[in-house]
Amino acid sequence: MGRGATVSLKRVVITGRGAVSPYGLGVDSLVDGVWANRSAVRRMPEWERIRGLGSYLAAPVPDFDAKSLLPRAQRRTMGPMSVYSAIASKEAVADAAIDDEMLTSGRVGVAIGSTTGSPTAYEDFYRRFLPDEAIEEIRSGEFFKIMGHTCSANVCLALGIEGEQWSPVSACTSASQSIGLGFLLIQAGRQEAMLCGGADEVHSSVTGVFDVVRAASCRNDTPTATPKPFDRDRDGVVCGGGSGVLVLESYDSAMARGAKIYAEILGFGHVNDSTHIANPHESSMARAMGNALADAGVASGEVDYVNAHATGTELGDVAEATAIGMAVGNTTPVSSFKGHFGHTLGAAGSLETVVLLEMLERQEVIPTLNLENPDPRCSDVQLIRNIEKRKLSVVVKNSFALGGVNVAFVMRRV
Amino acid sequence: MMSDEALCQQVVKTLAEEFELDPQKMTPEATLYDDLGLDSLDAVDMVVALEKEFGMKLTDEQALRSIRTIDDLFKFLISIKNQ
Repeated sequence: MGRGATVSLKRVVITGRGAVSPYGLGVDSLVDGVWANRSAVRRMPEWERIRGLGSYLAAPVPDFDAKSLLPRAQRRTMGPMSVYSAIASKEAVADAAIDDEMLTSGRVGVAIGSTTGSPTAYEDFYRRFLPDEAIEEIRSGEFFKIMGHTCSANVCLALGIEGEQWSPVSACTSASQSIGLGFLLIQAGRQEAMLCGGADEVHSSVTGVFDVVRAASCRNDTPTATPKPFDRDRDGVVCGGGSGVLVLESYDSAMARGAKIYAEILGFGHVNDSTHIANPHESSMARAMGNALADAGVASGEVDYVNAHATGTELGDVAEATAIGMAVGNTTPVSSFKGHFGHTLGAAGSLETVVLLEMLERQEVIPTLNLENPDPRCSDVQLIRNIEKRKLSVVVKNSFALGGVNVAFVMRRV
Repeated sequence: MMSDEALCQQVVKTLAEEFELDPQKMTPEATLYDDLGLDSLDAVDMVVALEKEFGMKLTDEQALRSIRTIDDLFKFLISIKNQ
């Protein structure tokens, strides 16, 4: 390409959805659980023995038989999060009706991130390794469950994908970064389609991280009434597990295949606040949303709904509400899905987008479960209290992470 | 001491569990790689599983590498047992 040549960016759409969530396997169980306003949070009595841990709450993926879904040769290198990713990816590919020829052509890639490799596999390894510093009896597959790119590597292997393989690893923004990356790669013409999303699994050490910084909910006796995003009586995060995977595809490819299009991704904003490793920063959140809107060429007044990251922490919820007020305005409907299925961390951005796409399909807004008494400091936004019919065209999805990461993207119904 | 036959039965049981194999297909002439679908990572795990099951150390790398069939494995383990 010569100097000064203009690059024509491709339009990017979403043509497939897959989910393994705290409600079970499949998009249908996720959507059914959310529309029934059912909490997927439960008490974890086995955590009560852990000294110092105050939160015995989680939204784990219910037990299922992975043996019937994935052959041993694939499962041997998969911790739970990779199993979830592979199942969600297969569902997304089937939903998009991408055939094997396209899937294995090298024109399809993968971007699936997680907070870390599998914490369950870490525990297995160190239970064996630490007592007498021995690696005897460690199976060959253990490393592949622990490595940072375990989900994307195992998905490529399980589905025969030979395109680009990425693993954005940024805790709670992993999935949204992956969606943003897939958007950029398809826009640039490097890949025709990308499987994008994230995964994570429930583990006491993960909840423990939030408990250490006093950000975990400790309402152990009322599991289904917490977390309470935007509520004045919120007391913190409840961690969940699962994987959400979306098929992102060039508009041209989707049209040529006659694929169903759930939405078009119009813009992506991604900034670091460079202020504090843990504390949210409202103007940086607003900057991420502003950048996404500018990238999309959409005015703030055109936004019909914002799906908040809001996890149920005092600092985070108030900062985000303020930021939405700054970047989008105070009349746009806002809700968070954390009250339904907790904070699925690396999977949150994609699992929540699966639900958001269903909202676009149904033209209905899902309220924040467990929101009873809105915090007056969150009054900069229009908090939705019931399932409402609304005209939904342009929507914004927010994701924020420890480490100062602020991500937002803009989608439009096609 | 365990009989050779009992050892062979135990080998089949151990590997069938470890690698989710059908014991019916684990005939003496079955090859580990082609017929049973194992690979180099599985070979590592096979040694770990057998060491744990029989409480023996399998350190002869050259002999291990020459094992092709279930029968080769039987003979190798029987020779160690009888040492």
